[in-house]
Amino acid sequence: MSTTATELNSVINSELDSDADQFLTFVLGSEEYGVDILRVQEIKGWDSVTPIPNTPDYIKGVINLRGTIVPIVDLRQRFSMPEVEYGPITVVIVLKIECADRDRIMGIVVDGVSDVYDVPPEEMKDAPDFGNVVDTEFVRGLATVEEKMIIILDIDHLLSGNEIQATDKLGI
Amino acid sequence: MQQFHQTFFEESFEGLDIMENELLNLDVGNADSEVINTIFRSAHSIKGGSGTFGFTAVAEFTHVAETLLDEMRDGVRQVTQESVDILLKSVDVMRAMLTTLSDGGEMDVDNIASVQMELEQLLGTESNSSTTDEVSDSNNSDENSEGWLISFRPHVEMLRTGNDPVRMIYALTELGQVSTKADISDIPTFVDLNPEDSFLGWEITLKGDVKKEDIVEVFDWVEDECDLDIQPLINESKATTEETTTPEAVAAPSEIASKAKPTAAKKTAESASIRVGIDKVDEIINLVGELVITQSMLGQVGSEIGNADEHNSPYMEKLLEGLAQLERNTREIQESVMRIRMLPISFVFSRVPRLVHDLSSKLNKQVELVTTGENTELDKTVMEKIGDPMVHLVRNALDHGIETPDVRKAAGKSEMGTLSLNAYHKGGSIVIELSDDGAGINKERVLNKARSNGLVGENENLSDDAINDLIFHPGLSTAESLSDVSGRGVGMDVVRKNIKSLGGSVRVDSVEGKGATFTIQLPLTLAILDGQLVKVADETFIIPLVSIIESIQVKSANLSGIAGKAALYKLRDEYIPVIRAHNVFGMEDSNSSLEDRLMVVVEGDGAKAGIIVDDLLAQQQVVIKSLETNYKRVDGLSGATILGDGTVALILDISGVIDMFKTLSNSVPPSPVDPDGNGSDIAEKAA
Repeated sequence: MSTTATELNSVINSELDSDADQFLTFVLGSEEYGVDILRVQEIKGWDSVTPIPNTPDYIKGVINLRGTIVPIVDLRQRFSMPEVEYGPITVVIVLKIECADRDRIMGIVVDGVSDVYDVPPEEMKDAPDFGNVVDTEFVRGLATVEEKMIIILDIDHLLSGNEIQATDKLGI
Repeated sequence: MQQFHQTFFEESFEGLDIMENELLNLDVGNADSEVINTIFRSAHSIKGGSGTFGFTAVAEFTHVAETLLDEMRDGVRQVTQESVDILLKSVDVMRAMLTTLSDGGEMDVDNIASVQMELEQLLGTESNSSTTDEVSDSNNSDENSEGWLISFRPHVEMLRTGNDPVRMIYALTELGQVSTKADISDIPTFVDLNPEDSFLGWEITLKGDVKKEDIVEVFDWVEDECDLDIQPLINESKATTEETTTPEAVAAPSEIASKAKPTAAKKTAESASIRVGIDKVDEIINLVGELVITQSMLGQVGSEIGNADEHNSPYMEKLLEGLAQLERNTREIQESVMRIRMLPISFVFSRVPRLVHDLSSKLNKQVELVTTGENTELDKTVMEKIGDPMVHLVRNALDHGIETPDVRKAAGKSEMGTLSLNAYHKGGSIVIELSDDGAGINKERVLNKARSNGLVGENENLSDDAINDLIFHPGLSTAESLSDVSGRGVGMDVVRKNIKSLGGSVRVDSVEGKGATFTIQLPLTLAILDGQLVKVADETFIIPLVSIIESIQVKSANLSGIAGKAALYKLRDEYIPVIRAHNVFGMEDSNSSLEDRLMVVVEGDGAKAGIIVDDLLAQQQVVIKSLETNYKRVDGLSGATILGDGTVALILDISGVIDMFKTLSNSVPPSPVDPDGNGSDIAEKAA
């Protein structure tokens, strides 16, 4: 029963976005995360940002990306992980977020970029429910590549305007 | 077909605007035939277009209006005020119909039917009574039961416009029995033959009971791309007599020719402009903005290298020369790109004549409208937003300003009131003046009203300008009777608010008994603003120059606290709240004292405030970028911009900052503070 459901799921997934099985992975501490590579606009080194007042801490500020004002989110802070000093390999991954009304461009600060992996849809596992300890809403699934666990993120959910706005209210 | 709808609607709305304007220009009783022709052409192309796109309701309605115009054009019907009014009504109906078609919704069938009825009544009565002879005459020639001889000679380039003569001949076969004779005499030798050119001509005989206008309609789209001659087909025996008795038929070809000429002239005028989506223009503007930033970065690097270059290398000189040229060219590109979005203000002014026409008849006033400076250009977005305030000011001038003819006569003025609109550029802004020679503002009444509303104290004495300015205050209308034109006491304040939201200002000058002048000053564009760069903690912010009144250095003697909360500053004769930008934006202020600090006195939404900043930097023009594109709206900020060094600076929204300050001070519990150090206290609690 469960296998057929998974199979069905994978068929649906692969039909919906058949080429969505390549993921760019990056590291936060000892954990490895993956995002859909088609959403990655560019990867650039960390550079100073202009902070926006009265926004949550994890919104580091905005940068000028060839004329577009792009907000930068610190993913460690977003996940309430301990902060680290930004170093020479600290990078910003610029992502395209698909919101209900329009696309947005946002950048995430991560410890470093790792690799690009092919993950067949059938190898993607659902994240177990951790209850209140860890919010798994932003996790699209878990994948195992070369014995490592990769957390595949649902970036639309993670960085959508609603999410930012909702947290924003708590932040002030 | 769908993809052409938008163009059709745009063109039709333009056509309707032309019709409306020309109808208002029309001199009743002594109409200029060229003006009628222009109106007719607009109606005709709307009819043609709506027929093509299957909007039969519009086509049918327009046809009736067109028939009326046609009779006017032929001189069969006199141009009367009545017919002009009905035609204006028809323009409204057509506009409503097209709006419903383009935006969806229900058509107001009753209104359409009633106006159509009026049109038909007008057509039915007058034309039959006064000019029966001519009408029956033209009927004779239009309905030739024998048939027609059509000489159809496409111009060489007709095929290139996508028109196919064969299709037209097919269309004729639907009307009657057709026989054609092709004229192939113009076909060149094979070597010279361009396959895209048309060399053929036809003599077409159309037999049957066909109306001439149906034939003309077949050739409607190509009338200026071919030589067309339509003659009634007549029996040999009758030929000579008929020819002389039907002057209409002989006149027909020349009429077509004269009709074709103005259309051709219009075509060339159109080809000088193209329709481009506003998003494409905005994209170019964005890119040019980038170019300017890149250029200034290069310039900076260039001069640095130049300074470091000790050997005076010849390449260096060339490089600097090139950079200087790049700078010049970039500025020029930026200016011309900005001008793409600029449109003449006549787009706004053109709404006024109709308004004046309708209102003056409704209010029984005689008003002459004088407009000058229609070609003054301003940004499209500004233009879209200034329309409604303008309409309101015009209504106001007609309703309250200009008096009725007898009152004017009694006051020794001419019965005809004058409303003048003027626009001109002044520095980086556009000034629109709207003046009337009416009664002006009754200061006593305004003042009494303001006193009874408690806006002004009983013993307060105001300057004349201050009294006049009261009319922009919410809830102050001095109209003795409310009318549906204006006078609900909302309006003037909305006018001022709307204009302020565009970064502009409005003021009024009035002389009692002589008239009033409203002066609106607006920025030319919303894409760029003049900003004052200020430093707060380590960040650079931009305060729009329009909101700044002055910048001063704080003197502690003028500082005082109120209710132990906020600090007030005595600026000449008024007290203004002191806002620490650090507090509002949750930043550390290293200096707890306010003494000798720099304060920018700003005004937002009518409220003044002093904003404490750490440093005043340059003043410069900045390109406004939205934060909402990729993020969301942030309180107290109206956007961001990119500075010359490529970094982002945030633009303050002054009214937002003042509002934030109010909420911030409300949420802070009262605590005893000395006027010098109270700010940091608030900061800690708010953060």
